[in-house]
Amino acid sequence: MADAGMLRFHVPEPEVRPGGTPDFSNVTIAEAGSVPRPDIDVDPRTIRDMAFSIIRVLNRNGEAVGPWAGLLSSDELLEGLRHMMTLRTFDARMQMAQRQGKTSFYMQHLGEEAVSCAFRKALSPGDMNFPTYRQAGLLIADGYPMVTMMNQIYSNEADPLKGRQLPIMYSSKEHGFFSISGNLATQYIQAVGWAMASAISNDSKIAAAWIGDGSTAESDFHSALVFASTYKAPVVLNVVNNQWAISTFQGIARGGSGTFAARGLGFGIPSLRVDGNDYLAVHAVAKWAAERARNNLGPTLVEYVTYRAGAHSSSDDPSAYRPKTESDAWPLGDPVMRLKNHLIGLGVWSDERHAQAEAEILDTVIAAQKEAESHGTLHAGGKPSTREMFEGVFAEMPAHLRRQRQQAGV
Amino acid sequence: MPRRTMIEAIRDAMDVSMGRDDKVVVFGEDVGFFGGVFRVTHGLQAKYGKSRCFDAPINESGIVGSAIGMAAYGLKPCVEIQFADYMYPAYDQLTQEAARLRYRSNGDFTCPIVVRMPTGGGIFGGQTHSQSPEALFTHVSGLKTVVPSNPHDAKGLLIAAIEDPDPVIFLEPKRLYNGPFDGHHDRPITPWSKHELGEVADGHYTVPLGKAAIRRAGSAVTVLAYGTMVYVAQAAAEETGIDAEIIDLRTLLPLDLDTIVASVKKTGRCVIVHEATLTSGFGAELSALVQENCFYHLEAPVARVAGWDTPYPHAQEWDYFPGPARVGRALLETLAA
Repeated sequence: MADAGMLRFHVPEPEVRPGGTPDFSNVTIAEAGSVPRPDIDVDPRTIRDMAFSIIRVLNRNGEAVGPWAGLLSSDELLEGLRHMMTLRTFDARMQMAQRQGKTSFYMQHLGEEAVSCAFRKALSPGDMNFPTYRQAGLLIADGYPMVTMMNQIYSNEADPLKGRQLPIMYSSKEHGFFSISGNLATQYIQAVGWAMASAISNDSKIAAAWIGDGSTAESDFHSALVFASTYKAPVVLNVVNNQWAISTFQGIARGGSGTFAARGLGFGIPSLRVDGNDYLAVHAVAKWAAERARNNLGPTLVEYVTYRAGAHSSSDDPSAYRPKTESDAWPLGDPVMRLKNHLIGLGVWSDERHAQAEAEILDTVIAAQKEAESHGTLHAGGKPSTREMFEGVFAEMPAHLRRQRQQAGV
Repeated sequence: MPRRTMIEAIRDAMDVSMGRDDKVVVFGEDVGFFGGVFRVTHGLQAKYGKSRCFDAPINESGIVGSAIGMAAYGLKPCVEIQFADYMYPAYDQLTQEAARLRYRSNGDFTCPIVVRMPTGGGIFGGQTHSQSPEALFTHVSGLKTVVPSNPHDAKGLLIAAIEDPDPVIFLEPKRLYNGPFDGHHDRPITPWSKHELGEVADGHYTVPLGKAAIRRAGSAVTVLAYGTMVYVAQAAAEETGIDAEIIDLRTLLPLDLDTIVASVKKTGRCVIVHEATLTSGFGAELSALVQENCFYHLEAPVARVAGWDTPYPHAQEWDYFPGPARVGRALLETLAA
């Protein structure tokens, strides 16, 4: 019988807070290889359960199993491992550079490297990502120069964005990486618009939208799903569920919907969940979704279940809102270690070669950092000119900006 | 030369632009099959197909957000927000995305979009179908803001806006759609077919953004107006017999400051008229600019006539609307000062 007394206000809480013992027993993990791989033209109504499971390829023994396995050669996997290791090393160096005062701000990917690195390899040249601030693996895996990324982070004289943007808000049309806003969720509907334009133009390119678990609460997320669903836009709608939106656990954005992937079901969009720490699974699902888009089958929503092992940014301390050891308890493990173990199992990799690769990558990153720092850091050395601050607001500078530039004496 | 209403002129601008450039696409709420609630896009879907002109979900943030993505791809979207009052859900996309994309990406991505929206009151639309939010756009770095006052300009300015490489807000004074409304709501309106600015040439032409027009030459006082207020000011000048010089700004940003300054230096007096609420309205910017540039030529304080600082009321519409009587009083006071 319903309680018709006083109303009670409900605020969800995470399972554990600082001081408690990490507990992920509520995260149901499907067996690797257990989730079927439907044809890309599957009727979305018949795969609704995929929004509540987790597609996994690598099992506990590091073997690739099940219908989503077998898409990548060992050379491609070795390349993927190198990309993830590079991103991790790059992050560590840049995080340190921020602590040394060489830039104002940094955001790292620790624990989430597989998502963007593997996804990039499922796209074709000319496709466009609309990323958030935690998908630099898209650039690393596409061969974008690390020095250029660092120049942007340092806002130095060689910064391709002329010091106008916060660190890590890269932009590279050439590498299919849309300018990062720093706003949340706005890019999600823009990606759908880009995809609509590609279809309007009878092109063959597709778009990929990116968002975090927390920002799915923004109205632009829902705008994007409406437009993508209505116009069957050739877009992959990615949700990176790393469990934490700064200090807010994913339950605040998810509400009662069970999973983030399930948000897509009401729109008739095929919605899949995938092990975000499994390079092979991320790549296989991304490939499936990209093929759907390219074949006029419309959007796919993909939730990457992962864990943000580091802080949100250089400006917060996770120990204030979650147990310090929580990341060790995360049941899907570490993406680098898992791919490394798989490659060792295949007989194409070893601990020695891994240690050697780590050292080589560190040398490469340090060399890039040295070169970038020769062009200046945020508070020292070469910097973009004040005159350039007034440029690029419009294609042609209007009179009022010319007057203001004159006033500024530049 | 053919005579057209403002609706027909704006439609013609899109028609000409879509005919010349496959990259121009038009969409918005009720815009496709039906042709828009004001019928501005009527016939465009039939002529250019559903890929070029289509209906959008009722989601202004989605309309503008998807247009930004399309522009980043390389199309030139010209979208309609059904009423300017409905643009607020899209404000984030307009101000932090469209306006800044060129700047933040250092030209790697650009945003050549036009966002059309009917503006202003006078149709008993109440608080959600009457607003004039132009100052919310002129305050934003990276947006251009246009307010045409007649069919000839509307067509030329819209074609110029569509061809512009940056985002343009195109505010269409809805009370002018069918004629040069002068604020005398109790009198029949003159149709555009009987007005010389209803003459709209066929084919392609542009009216450049950033150039004002002097609608009435005069020597006693300068009136700065745009949209519907151009005709209200003309009526006020005629009814008071004051030799006012009336400047139709046409584009608020970039602003034609030279024309304003030359006129005020000549007349020594300035009255600014807009329908939007007074406080922090575009008139405040105009007033400051006149003071900064013409101080030693001024013989009277700069006056502003604007909508009262209340929400746009329904029953009291004509008490709210800054009509010819209020503008006339301001002209007389400015001359007497």
